[in-house]
Amino acid sequence: MNQVLNVLINVLSEPSVLVAIIALVGLLAQKKNLSDTLKGTTKTFVGFLVITAGAGILQQALAPFGEMFKAAFNVNGVVPNNEAIVAIALSKYGSSTALIMFFGMIVNLLIARFTRFKYIFLTGHITLYMSCMIAIILSVSGFTSYSLILFGALTVGIFMTLSPALVQPFIRKLTGNDNVALGHSGAVGFAVGGLVGMAVKGKKEIVSTEKINFPKGLGFLRDSTVSIALTMAIFYVIVALFAGPGYVEGKLSDGKNYILFAVLQAGMFSAGVFVILAGVRLVLAEIVPAFKGISSKIVPNSKPALDVPIIYTYAPNAVLIGFFSSFLGGIVSMLILVLSGGIIILPGVVPHFFTGAAAGVFGNAMGGVRGAILVSFVNGLLISFMPILLIPVLGDLGLSNATFSDSDFGIVGLFLSGLAHFGGKTTIMVGIGLVLLIMILASVRKQESHAVPYKKVEK
Amino acid sequence: MKILTVCGSGLGTSFMVEMNIQQLLNEMGVSGVEVNHSDLGSATPEDADVFFLAKDIAEGGASLGNVVILDNIIDLEELRTKLTGVLQEKNLL
Repeated sequence: MNQVLNVLINVLSEPSVLVAIIALVGLLAQKKNLSDTLKGTTKTFVGFLVITAGAGILQQALAPFGEMFKAAFNVNGVVPNNEAIVAIALSKYGSSTALIMFFGMIVNLLIARFTRFKYIFLTGHITLYMSCMIAIILSVSGFTSYSLILFGALTVGIFMTLSPALVQPFIRKLTGNDNVALGHSGAVGFAVGGLVGMAVKGKKEIVSTEKINFPKGLGFLRDSTVSIALTMAIFYVIVALFAGPGYVEGKLSDGKNYILFAVLQAGMFSAGVFVILAGVRLVLAEIVPAFKGISSKIVPNSKPALDVPIIYTYAPNAVLIGFFSSFLGGIVSMLILVLSGGIIILPGVVPHFFTGAAAGVFGNAMGGVRGAILVSFVNGLLISFMPILLIPVLGDLGLSNATFSDSDFGIVGLFLSGLAHFGGKTTIMVGIGLVLLIMILASVRKQESHAVPYKKVEK
Repeated sequence: MKILTVCGSGLGTSFMVEMNIQQLLNEMGVSGVEVNHSDLGSATPEDADVFFLAKDIAEGGASLGNVVILDNIIDLEELRTKLTGVLQEKNLL
């Protein structure tokens, strides 16, 4: 009996099997036929292993980068890239991430069903990345087994409903409808940006970004394989130049020309992200539609929270302006960090693109061209400084030369680690409980205020 | 027929459009259409008969050939109209 139990625990602690089981549950709940169920379960299982393989490729590229950076500037250089840090972290935190994600989605359904926060967070990869970060931070704070999964799931579920709620006022203003929400980890940055945009609006006439002529031909930057490879090549080559041919060719490249080595490693980094994305796509292929299908049954009046490009079509010029302005914010932050010494956060092209572009669209809606430039610049600063605060709370992974990028990872991470700082596990549990309680109370008051005029009508 | 939905990283938006197309196909009772999603980088003209992508990446996806551009990706009615057009063209509706 004990042996059977051991085998079972062994199987369940294998994250690839665990995600496959989660997909299987979703497929069965949707009453899919045998061939679809078998296909979906297998693809999810393989998908997880693809992510792990991608992590290996990425680390091959990231390790020499870290060493070159250290040799060149004598400080740590960190690349904020969600795919990179998640893929690396999953080798250690895979099972807890998978379970936190699964139960977190259930918490999302429950909150949406019973409170006024009707958001269903359908951006699966963000749920996965957030679950992973929470698994890391709670584990570092001392949580294990059931309590790790329970409080992790609560935190993910709260994030999945609060984050869309935070940006909804701006989404309403931008899209003119309240039926769709934004589900992305940049929400805090967008909300801060939205407020900044309103503040700088002033009395002058607003000129929309879409009224100006913006150079065409930059569309290729939307291809993340290309943009990651190109920007990383620039960083790698600069760092290799500072580290010098002697160091690189003697210690790292085994005699290969140091510039060529730098370019190859940058390509390898992009290749790693490419493979990880393919894996993430496979893992989510069955889980997200199942979640969507189940949510529409359980929460009939839900608002789907969708990935950030849903707002890009509202202002395609602002998308590119926002990217450049946010990236500039990242470069300015990097220079400030260089002057102040300590860890250096490199401007990661992916976060600056996705969140910077969105900040640009929001900024444009609030304050035209000026708003777009300023709001995405602020976003760029925000997503450069927040990762620094996050590094110490990630434990050993803080030293892995990659980190989480978008603003919400910073906020959730700092919330948890801040609580841990004042009393460890207990304060974290109390803090999570309090947030949930406030959300429930906010819903009760809302329902009462609805009830009062209704009674008056009856009289 | 094969439909491929495309977005920048092939994770969220294209996946959402794919699920919406599946839903519409079910509603219309059309079968025999395979729908998948992909990132802009890996999509090639051979991957599908028709490609659906949003206005903001229209420039990057122009080389895919038979492309349907969505002006607003959260607008189900726009998707329904454009999908119906494609299906009629292919004599599936």
